[in-house]
Amino acid sequence: MSSTTMTQKQGFAATLWDYLTTVDHKKIAVLYLIGGGFFFILGGLEALAIRIQLIQPNNDFVSNGFYNEIMTMHGTTMIFLAAMPLIFALMNAVVPLQIGARDVAFPFLNSLGFWLFAFGGILLNCSWFLGGAPDAGWTAYAPLSVVSPGHGVDFYVLGLQISGAGTLIAGINFLVTIINMRAPGMTYMRMPLFTWTTFVVSALILFAFPALTIGLFLLMFDRLFGSGFFDASLGGNSIIWEHLFWIFGHPEVYILILPAFGVFSEVIPTFSKKRLFGYTAMVFATVLIGFLGFMVWAHHMFTVGMGPAANSIFAVATMAIAVPTGIKIFNWLFTLWGGNIKINSAMLWSLGFIPSFTIGGMTGVMVATAPADYQYHDSYFVVAHFHYVIVGGVVFAIFAGLHYWWPKMFGKILNETLGKITFWTFFFGFHLTFMIQHFLGLMGMPRRYAVYLPNQELELGNVISTIGAFLMAFGAIVFVINIIVTTTKGEQVSGDPWNGRTLEWAIPNPVPHYNFKQLPLVRGLDALWIEKTEGRKELAPAEPLDDIHMPNPSILPFVMSLGLFIAGFGFIYQVDHPSWLIVLFIGMGITLGTMFIRSIKDDHGHHIHKEDLDEEAR
Amino acid sequence: MKGWMGKIRVLFLLSLLTFILSGCGKENLTAFLPKGYGAEVSLDLIILPLVVMVFVFLVVMAIFVFVLVRFRQKKGQEDFIPKQTEGNKVLEVVWTAIPILLLLIIAVPTVQATFDLADESSKGDALNINVTGNQYWWHFNYDEQDIQTSQDLYIPTGERVYLNMMSSDVIHSFWVPSITGKMDTNPENENTMYIEANEEGVYYGKCAEFCGPSHSLMDFKIIAVSPEEFETWVADMQNVDPEETVAQDATEAVQEGRELFDEYSCINCHAIGSSPTAIGPNLTNFGDRTKVAGVIPSAVDEQYSKEDLVNWILNPDELKPGNKMTDAGYLSDESFGEEEASKIADYLMQLQPSEITPDDAGEGLTVEQ
Amino acid sequence: MSQDHTLNPEVMPSEPEKATLEGKNKFLGFWFFLGGETVLFASLFGTYLALQGSTMGDNTPEKLFGLGLVFIMTMLLLTSSLTSVYAIYHMKNNDFRKMQLWLGITVILGFTFLGFEIYEFYHYIHGYEFTFRSSAFGSAFYTLVGFHGGHVLFGLLWIVTLMVRNAKRGLNLYNAPKFYIASLYWHFIDVVWVFIFTVVYLMGVI
Repeated sequence: MSSTTMTQKQGFAATLWDYLTTVDHKKIAVLYLIGGGFFFILGGLEALAIRIQLIQPNNDFVSNGFYNEIMTMHGTTMIFLAAMPLIFALMNAVVPLQIGARDVAFPFLNSLGFWLFAFGGILLNCSWFLGGAPDAGWTAYAPLSVVSPGHGVDFYVLGLQISGAGTLIAGINFLVTIINMRAPGMTYMRMPLFTWTTFVVSALILFAFPALTIGLFLLMFDRLFGSGFFDASLGGNSIIWEHLFWIFGHPEVYILILPAFGVFSEVIPTFSKKRLFGYTAMVFATVLIGFLGFMVWAHHMFTVGMGPAANSIFAVATMAIAVPTGIKIFNWLFTLWGGNIKINSAMLWSLGFIPSFTIGGMTGVMVATAPADYQYHDSYFVVAHFHYVIVGGVVFAIFAGLHYWWPKMFGKILNETLGKITFWTFFFGFHLTFMIQHFLGLMGMPRRYAVYLPNQELELGNVISTIGAFLMAFGAIVFVINIIVTTTKGEQVSGDPWNGRTLEWAIPNPVPHYNFKQLPLVRGLDALWIEKTEGRKELAPAEPLDDIHMPNPSILPFVMSLGLFIAGFGFIYQVDHPSWLIVLFIGMGITLGTMFIRSIKDDHGHHIHKEDLDEEAR
Repeated sequence: MKGWMGKIRVLFLLSLLTFILSGCGKENLTAFLPKGYGAEVSLDLIILPLVVMVFVFLVVMAIFVFVLVRFRQKKGQEDFIPKQTEGNKVLEVVWTAIPILLLLIIAVPTVQATFDLADESSKGDALNINVTGNQYWWHFNYDEQDIQTSQDLYIPTGERVYLNMMSSDVIHSFWVPSITGKMDTNPENENTMYIEANEEGVYYGKCAEFCGPSHSLMDFKIIAVSPEEFETWVADMQNVDPEETVAQDATEAVQEGRELFDEYSCINCHAIGSSPTAIGPNLTNFGDRTKVAGVIPSAVDEQYSKEDLVNWILNPDELKPGNKMTDAGYLSDESFGEEEASKIADYLMQLQPSEITPDDAGEGLTVEQ
Repeated sequence: MSQDHTLNPEVMPSEPEKATLEGKNKFLGFWFFLGGETVLFASLFGTYLALQGSTMGDNTPEKLFGLGLVFIMTMLLLTSSLTSVYAIYHMKNNDFRKMQLWLGITVILGFTFLGFEIYEFYHYIHGYEFTFRSSAFGSAFYTLVGFHGGHVLFGLLWIVTLMVRNAKRGLNLYNAPKFYIASLYWHFIDVVWVFIFTVVYLMGVI
């Protein structure tokens, strides 16, 4: 399996098998990209349905019940199945290369993490065809989510449980990778910012997701096994769900946005031809945001009735996050200051991010102001705020990152003209859609309204918003066309098309599956740039040429996840008929059985011999 | 703080008007034109951070635009390598310290206002109303006055009224933007909030916590009348005798409607008078209301007609999906038809126990007496 | 094979679980996993504490819990933690037979604990009609203690699998980390039980 075979044409079945069994972080990145991209399109279609429904008052494009399903699935899909996997795609593609590693710490678990996400997402979306999707909002507040009829919320619970397990595994994997697998000389304070944000985010995942796991278990027990956690008639308390959900949910926001910060911290220095301004402060701010992210969850609950003391504490703590975020904004600006700024698509997204995200951050401070939040809360103001942060931050970063690292992932540069069309339509459409929603909210439009009533002066704003949504959709379609055009017609480029600064650009194109023939010796921040300024083209090796140890591919992660997918149906339908318990046992049997096989079957990996590497070089 | 906040508020509204063509939204609905104490406090704390944040935004944008114009790559300079600045400690301290100061400016009034809005010191002497959120309507219980009503919340102007709020099913949230911000109604614990209307008016309220298919059809109203009018209303409502709800000179249809109301068990869910039954909305002053089921007809300023009411009685699920009346027995009873619905409508529309109606609270709304 | 040689050195290093990169990764990754597990149990404890009083009138903690039985269970689990320490001690001395012996004792103690727990649940359900569905307190109690019990069962099956799988071939640098993290897991379960004993039983009775 050396890279020479990669250039040979493979049959479809062989390629499929290759991807089903791969443990190579670069291929897993492609899988995440495909999976996340698919769900992004799905979530986008749901968004369009929402905006069409709201184009006029009392519209009947969809029924109220169906609207609730679409709205719930839009949020759930975009957060769990689109934004996070797309970020994982970038992390998988880049982080091992940036730290000079041959793979991640747990290649097998890396693959397992992906397949759990994929099967969780598919399970959740099966609900569309099996009696209706979940309809209790992506936050699934109890007791509404407990009493919601049908199986929709059951699919939500099990789908997220399975894909959440995958995320947790991915988080642990990146933590260990970054701690243990750095190349010689790559100290913590020499790590590129994207690696740093991945590191902090992985820690957030590790400590945030278990709270969701428990929340989902409690909801599942209430719905499927008759427990009384959220049932007031049994003494239960639905506020527990809100706490558990937001103890997870608020760090989740930072899980999404910190890698976005990381992407911009790579793109902006590269295209300003300048070192990142205030690297130490940037690292410090990242860690601080991650830390504070755990202290502020209850600002989602100002109207729950926690009392003025709790509301005040959480309000002030939340405002504090604006400080490290501000530090970041100014450091980016001063990275640009004095630079030689080249504006291409990747850079456009990064530059567009700065005003957009600043607005999102501003409204963030505004919603943190508890007495004002009594008005903002659950209105379109909040909808506008979090779309400014998540679209203006995370989605922009994903586009920027894809443009930036596409040549590293696929060896080709995305088409610039189409890239710019995408940016300008999407950017303009984005502001058109969401700016007006701030005002709609304060004018009295609560969120999650399937219809709004006529004659309340909400019509114009909603029309504008819908027009904006279609512009965004247009931009996204152009991006898909861009991918197709680039893949079919684009030219192969060298391993360093941008005059890059970090280690990933030191590797030739296409990237060999062992990444580095010899691990590089890192001599400082922006390791490749240092060598370039001293007139060298590549890094000095840190080890003699020797056999390379690589992990073996395995189908077990796929089978393990498939087992849970099957068991999911068993869990959901056993309430209708006990015979479904058989399905549950079969599914769990498959999963536990493969875990058992994994445990007893030794997997030592394989070696690529020195002689083969030599031969390849010639 | 009040004085200069007031001036800033006026300035803000003026500038806002120039920005948004559509104005600030519907009067008595929008949070931009506060008519109550809570909404005023909130608006102050909307404006203050906004002013601070706009300042920060302008600073950021000034640097941003300057940098892009000044340092954008010029032709022939593609290979120019700028100086690799590591950072600047002084600058880092500046943009850490200034935001902290700015945040303190926001944080202090935030904490003050948070405690102010949660003040319960005068609760004992004030008018207390128990509010219950239901899928998808609101119930109001004036416990001390022994009055039960639904959908329209009558309050006197110029004084604090305490609302003790709970839910009978899932979580709802009580929101009347022009009077005050939200408070959730939870199924397991009571929340208390006070409201105070500055002037008479009919204020539009909405449910703000997602509660099911008809979440967006759970509108209600606050009817703020003068304290004298409120006293009259209380007396009138207390005078209602559930046995004597038909006027002396009532038509035959009304009489029959009264009987049908019992016959088809409407009475089991809908109380008339001060009975605590509240499976469905209390109908004591149904004839004084402007809407059927809170939202029919949907244009806010329109008064419902008999047709609307009959249509509702016959097709509740179509008009408000998922509501409890869908399961009511009369709907599957073959003997119940348009004629019966019409008579019940006649009966309900003459339930006008009080001379105080939404009409007394403000212009634009008329109730045919 | 070079593989065999690197994994079966003549002399075991002092920390065989961290002698290879894979071992180091496993060691660190498992610690992180336990960090996540801590949040998991913290969420369950939080839920339990919030619902402790929601007994709906009958079957309160005071009425249900008997400290005698729980004390025996605590002793069993604490002892099993100690025996697993002995096992790892012998692993570091490369004494495979003694390691297996102590692991065996650990497993027996673990199963005894599990037996007592099943008896306890049985007793509550049939003696007091106190079930998962009888009140929010019931749901929270069975979920918290049951989650722990599930962890015990999983740990036991894991250790047994390792013992059987490696019975014939002895220790090497490939399986040493596996034994080590299994014992880490076992300690973690023990620590959680100490908290359950304190928060649920002691504080429930007093």
